[in-house]
Amino acid sequence: MTTGGSDELTVRIWRGRDDGCFQTYRVPARANQTVLDVVTEVQRHQEPALAYRFACRVGVCGSCAMTVNGRPRWTCRTHVRSIAQEGTLTLEPLRNLPRIKDLACDLTPFFEKWQKAGGRHLGTASREDPPQAVDPQSRARLVASAAIECINCAVCYSACDVVAWDADYLGPAALNRAWTLVNDARHGARDDTLDRAFSSGGCTSCHSQGNCTRHCPVGLSPSESIAGLKRAALFGAPKVS
Amino acid sequence: MQPLRSHESYLAFLGHRLSGLALAVFLPFHFLALGLALEGAETLDSFLVFAELPLVKVAEWGLVTLLTLHLCFGIRVLALEFTRWPLRSDPRLRWIFPGTLAAVAAGVAFYAQVV
Repeated sequence: MTTGGSDELTVRIWRGRDDGCFQTYRVPARANQTVLDVVTEVQRHQEPALAYRFACRVGVCGSCAMTVNGRPRWTCRTHVRSIAQEGTLTLEPLRNLPRIKDLACDLTPFFEKWQKAGGRHLGTASREDPPQAVDPQSRARLVASAAIECINCAVCYSACDVVAWDADYLGPAALNRAWTLVNDARHGARDDTLDRAFSSGGCTSCHSQGNCTRHCPVGLSPSESIAGLKRAALFGAPKVS
Repeated sequence: MQPLRSHESYLAFLGHRLSGLALAVFLPFHFLALGLALEGAETLDSFLVFAELPLVKVAEWGLVTLLTLHLCFGIRVLALEFTRWPLRSDPRLRWIFPGTLAAVAAGVAFYAQVV
């Protein structure tokens, strides 16, 4: 397989922390090669000290997100042939997060904002209670289910310009999580979650640019969830039963 | 423009905000013109002579176009935030091109009226 008419890929990888620089590597172009495969090939055969993060390799864990040719992507499910212009890849760590080394970032602020947005589920029943009946076809459950499959990859957080401008903004992923809980009949703090999502740095800071929805690798629409939070804050929380 | 911003929804965001800023710059001059009318016909007439200059006419044309653009993209934002979305992944993308077209049409209508 050739990419850009060559049997080799040129890969520019950010090395170091904030004051680092790009280093260029050449790796064989292979059939059905993912961006994560390329990074792993560089790390195993050319640059053992290269720092990056991955776990499942199949698009479930959300660990391997990086900036690839200027866009945040999940690298384990991104095929090189779909994005390598002229056989060149440029890899950087995710935007809007503190850099640790090379392609690895610190996701602490990302998860702290989940907590700040009221993203922790608060159960209202004990193990002695029967399971709560939830109609899977109810309006609220359908809305929650449509947004529930977030893998916490931080791609939307990295793509969002408002996160870059406003350090207090909770970000698309945290607000998307809050929206699922506001629509979850089993969550015991729906009003509190809505209050947090509507507070300073919450849903009202969103400018509806749509970068999050555009880049979400699992096809979720954080923009729509944030719009739902804005409506709920104005007109009241959705009915869940 | 960075690749992550090169999509319709972001361009609509830019169009809405930049046209809003242009209108904010225009408004003081608009109120100045209204204020001059209160000071008498002569003062207002001298301002209106200035408003007939070709460069000012071009600026007016830009203003009419941007005002229409701001209106259309603003209605899209209201639709995004106050109505349910027809498709999860579609932040009313189909409203962007007609909004741009309406702005161009308004600009053409203004030009036809002036010339």
